[in-house]
Amino acid sequence: MEASKVIHAIYNDDDVLLAAVKKVKAERHHIEEIYTPFPVHGLDKAMGLAPTRIAIAAFMYGCVGLAVATLMMNFIMIEDWPQNIGGKPSFSYLENMPAFVPIMFELTVFFAAHLMVITFYLRSRMWPFKKAENPDPRTTDDHFLMEIPIHGNEKELQDLLSQTGAVEINVVDNAH
Amino acid sequence: MEYKISNRLRLTAIILMVVGAIGVSYSFYTSHVTFEEVENMLANESHHGGSNGHGETENHQADETSSHDTHAAVDAHGEDKHAVGNSHEVVDEHTKHVNHVMHAMHNRPWSAFYIAAFFFMMISLGVLAFYAIQYASQAGWSPLLLRVMEGITAYLFPGALILLAIAVASGTIGHYNIFVWMDPDVVAHDKLIQGKTGWLNIWGFAIRGLIFIGGWSLYRYFSRKFSIAQDKADDNKNFKKTFRISAAFLVFFIYTESMMSWDWIMSVDPHWFSTLFGWYVFAGMMVCAVTTIAFIALYLKTKGLLPKVNDSHFHDLAKFMFAFSIFWTYLWFSQFMLIWYSNIPEEVTYFVTRIEDYKLPFFGMLAMNFIFPLLLLMNSDYKRIPWFIVMTGIVILAGHYIDVFNMIMPATVGDQWYIGVPEICSMLFFAGLFIFIVFTALSKAPLTPTRNPFVKESEHFHY
Repeated sequence: MEASKVIHAIYNDDDVLLAAVKKVKAERHHIEEIYTPFPVHGLDKAMGLAPTRIAIAAFMYGCVGLAVATLMMNFIMIEDWPQNIGGKPSFSYLENMPAFVPIMFELTVFFAAHLMVITFYLRSRMWPFKKAENPDPRTTDDHFLMEIPIHGNEKELQDLLSQTGAVEINVVDNAH
Repeated sequence: MEYKISNRLRLTAIILMVVGAIGVSYSFYTSHVTFEEVENMLANESHHGGSNGHGETENHQADETSSHDTHAAVDAHGEDKHAVGNSHEVVDEHTKHVNHVMHAMHNRPWSAFYIAAFFFMMISLGVLAFYAIQYASQAGWSPLLLRVMEGITAYLFPGALILLAIAVASGTIGHYNIFVWMDPDVVAHDKLIQGKTGWLNIWGFAIRGLIFIGGWSLYRYFSRKFSIAQDKADDNKNFKKTFRISAAFLVFFIYTESMMSWDWIMSVDPHWFSTLFGWYVFAGMMVCAVTTIAFIALYLKTKGLLPKVNDSHFHDLAKFMFAFSIFWTYLWFSQFMLIWYSNIPEEVTYFVTRIEDYKLPFFGMLAMNFIFPLLLLMNSDYKRIPWFIVMTGIVILAGHYIDVFNMIMPATVGDQWYIGVPEICSMLFFAGLFIFIVFTALSKAPLTPTRNPFVKESEHFHY
């Protein structure tokens, strides 16, 4: 269940943020989300997020791309309209395979890359014209924001976060 | 951390060298077959079993056409006689074929010895280039491994000299067993080689070889000297000097490596040429070099001699193994596809020989050097697991040995190839020599370059 009140701690340095995350996690508080202007190396591990499975997805997408390229070239160049190019055997996919390798490679990369991006957007619930969820526009410039839900421990959290070097601490009521 | 070569390792190296030397001498001794012996052998082969014999004949015919390239002089000679008469032709074909096979059998121990020498030379040469890249790029992750690399490059000077000596000996005391262009008789009947004698002559070959080896060894000598001096220095002057000579060496290296690959490998097929051959050899060299660095670092790590080398360092080495394997495949394919597609006789004969007579090593090597490392080292976590690195590394090294084998053997022994006593014992001999020289060099200096300006960064290297 989403807490109705959250605390926003704002930092202005990624190393301070990373140290703060480790401290907050050590005190066994749940971090809801962190907004950063750029990817911070090691942040996912420090937050205790489950490892990403996008690599597995990318491998499968690549395999799909390879299969599509193979079937496509087989249909175009072998079955539908065999063409004699440089006297190469035009009725056998296997014997013509070296000519298709660049296409197979490119489509593997193409499918892996594009489907990976689309997967990432879907998984992050982003789509065109969507209104930004970003609670503070400064996190798109030079500030880092950590969001922690409050369960009746507002004072305790505020003390802890000010110790970690937050430059600004705001309590935000989500119940609009 | 000081390292002393253990008695067991030294003994292993010496045993390898002795066994290898015995095997090599045995194979040289037994390769001196006479014309009659070869004739008998071939007759026996074709009498055994009908279908089998048929296949053999076909194979030989294929060989005759495909090795047209290297033996063009003989062939051209043969073609002249075609006009004379049919009966004449049969006799001539037979003699020619037996002579061809006999010559191939004489060439085999030479080639096997040469391939093994080249394989270990290219490992240390690749490591030297990799080492220079670390300095020129001022890499922060690798200084903990620099001493391991220096140990491996100690083999370069003796290894390359031996290689050059074998090549020159094959054209002087041998019977032109590796390079046909060294044979004045072949050159006299071969217009194409005649046009290349400006480059392909034995004096030029030897002098160029000495220049290459001299340049590489000078860099290795001074970089090692500065590296050791840096340990006791109180400023970074030595490091800066190495930085400068490394940059200069890399320029020298990329030209000489390319020319070396024309001289020492590509000229075994003197009619054939490929413009990216230097890169292709370089890619294979780098895979083997990085793999060997990983192996020796892992060995020293398990002995507790490289306490600060962590699994992130091995992760990086494995990334290089993975990346260079793919780079090698890319270049292999770039070379193959253009030649396959254009199908120009003087170019495509190179791959026709290999696919007809070397089907298994030719395609097996692709699986070993591409598919195997691609699938095994793709996962990020696997790159940190030592036994994964070792297992993949062994296949990569074996695969690249076969790659060198495929570059030399088809030109020298044709279809008379086999991985037997000459090949294995040559490998044992040079493996022993390599281990002996490398580990002796490793024991000559502390394994951690304590005063390297980037060593702290390397100690804290963390992925």
